[in-house]
Amino acid sequence: MTADVVATRRAAPRSGARRLLSRHWYAWAMTAPVVIVTLVLVGYPLARGVYLSLTDATEANMGRTIGMNVIPSTYEFVGLKNYAAILTSPEFLGRLAWTIVWTVVCVALHVGIGLGLALLLNRPLRLRSLYRMLLVLPWAVPAFVSAFIWRYLLNGEFGVVNAMLRAAGFAGIAWLDDPFWAKVSVIACNVWLGVPFMMLALLGGLQAIPRELYEAAEVDGASPWQRFRHITLPGLRPVSSTVVLLGTIWTFNQFPVIFLLTRGGPGGSTEILVTYAYRQAFEGIRNYSGSAAWGLVILALLVVLATVYKRALRRQGEAW
Amino acid sequence: MSPAAPAPAPEPSPVPSPEPSPVPATASAAPASAAPAPAPAPAQAPAPAGAWSRDRRTPARSAALHLTLIAASIVSVFPVAWLVLTSLKPRSVIETASVAPVDHPTLANYAQVLGETRFLTWAANSVIVSLITAALGVLLSATTGYAVSRFRFPGFRSVMWMLLITQMFPVAILIVPIYNLMAGLGLINQFPSLVVAYLTSTVPFCAWMMKGYFDTVPVSIDEAGRVDGLTPFGTFWRLILPLAKPGLAVAAFYSFLTAWAEVAYATAFMTGDDKYTLAVGLSQFVGQHKAEWGLLTAASVLIAIPAAAVFLLVQRHLVTGLTAGATKA
Repeated sequence: MTADVVATRRAAPRSGARRLLSRHWYAWAMTAPVVIVTLVLVGYPLARGVYLSLTDATEANMGRTIGMNVIPSTYEFVGLKNYAAILTSPEFLGRLAWTIVWTVVCVALHVGIGLGLALLLNRPLRLRSLYRMLLVLPWAVPAFVSAFIWRYLLNGEFGVVNAMLRAAGFAGIAWLDDPFWAKVSVIACNVWLGVPFMMLALLGGLQAIPRELYEAAEVDGASPWQRFRHITLPGLRPVSSTVVLLGTIWTFNQFPVIFLLTRGGPGGSTEILVTYAYRQAFEGIRNYSGSAAWGLVILALLVVLATVYKRALRRQGEAW
Repeated sequence: MSPAAPAPAPEPSPVPSPEPSPVPATASAAPASAAPAPAPAPAQAPAPAGAWSRDRRTPARSAALHLTLIAASIVSVFPVAWLVLTSLKPRSVIETASVAPVDHPTLANYAQVLGETRFLTWAANSVIVSLITAALGVLLSATTGYAVSRFRFPGFRSVMWMLLITQMFPVAILIVPIYNLMAGLGLINQFPSLVVAYLTSTVPFCAWMMKGYFDTVPVSIDEAGRVDGLTPFGTFWRLILPLAKPGLAVAAFYSFLTAWAEVAYATAFMTGDDKYTLAVGLSQFVGQHKAEWGLLTAASVLIAIPAAAVFLLVQRHLVTGLTAGATKA
């Protein structure tokens, strides 16, 4: 008996590894396709992006092939110069501040309006499915089409919004040509197309809250506000924590709305970090290294955000 | 008590991490869901008076409820409705900023879009790229979604983090390296370059979504399969996959939509107007110098109507797919 235990213990390291393999090989095999695809399609370009961000590569010194002629790359390693340039530039702080305002305002309005509409739709109500269908419509239209629609609606000369304002006796507003109103416009467009998702997700969450909780609270004399505060909000948290994270990431990276509605203008006033980095890479003299560095800075910001968020959730005993 | 600080790339935990024990949502738990920046702003929600007391609604409150919903519906529908109405107006009327809903209705814009532009080519391009992306995305990610739903294995948390972080990748980070790689391979202005670029986001996303779906399939089915002597692969293939077809369809559809509506990669990679996707092609109608609003609106309607019709049919499943992982957590 004792000998057995000793023998097992001595063999433990090797057989432990083998046991791990025999127990988990199928899980590893099942995840292999995604892991491999991610490493090849994401990992390799990412590594190259990191490398590029440490060089001074631009369109001019990048190796290329023109007809028969192969022009070799002449860009050089410059260390952290690109990052230093970004982090000390007023451009970065300006873009970052606006990106944060944009994200916070959009997500707050998405969740606020979405929750409000979800609460309304969660009641017994005539025509509920009709309302629901009409309210979901903005999500059903592809985002780039929505951006074009809004660009037309808000057009200063013949947009219908200004036409209505004028018909009502007000002066028209240069929606897309004034820095302040352009910001209002992109936020309005993004809120319009983002609310339906939040509404449906939160409605699903509301419907998952057991009715008995409300009935018990009512019996105990809880006021409507108390019921909302202590039953609805905690009950929604599994859903809301996920959609807030998703919504924040999506909005932070929201490219089409800004790119197609204002092209970042006027004068760069609506440019968020992502569209700014894109412009650097693909407009004028293409600054590949600078753009790669911008991309990495943006990713770092998002990873920090998600980490903090996930930790906060884990502290509450949720998620993994 | 808090586990090792989740650095951006957490090391695989040597032991399988135990199932997170479901914590009952007690009423005392503070609902401030510690969101870092955007507080969920519950204050903006209308007073949730009588959330469930259907018995005590006065006519006045009922009217207020309907009025609010009608107002919201108008805001939601108006831009699309105006798009449709505008597409039916001749150019001369569009450029007078009239507020009349109908004015000299005509189908001339549609005739011009279909007959004199490359709209149909662009639509075909979009469909081809999106279909390939969706098919590959689902094929590659299905088993992973199942594995992370069912098994706790060394590396589990790394895989979950990988799936989460790749979804956060801003378009700006991969576009330059992929562009340079594709230029090196001579694939710029070719569909494969776009498909590859889209797979970088759809594969992890599909895996994530399908995990949520597989989570809703009872584990007892797996156990039954194992008792009957099926291997994990057999269980997945013979029992779970047939049950998960709706989940696969939703993931495929969502990948399709992502590729269909993508702007940045398509704008950068597709340089010839015979290879444009719809998102790029449409921008041509409203360039720097001229704005063909008639063409733009007609083309938008042609894109939006089928997209919206299909979307409204499946949207219930879409939301479930996106949040299923959360509700089961």
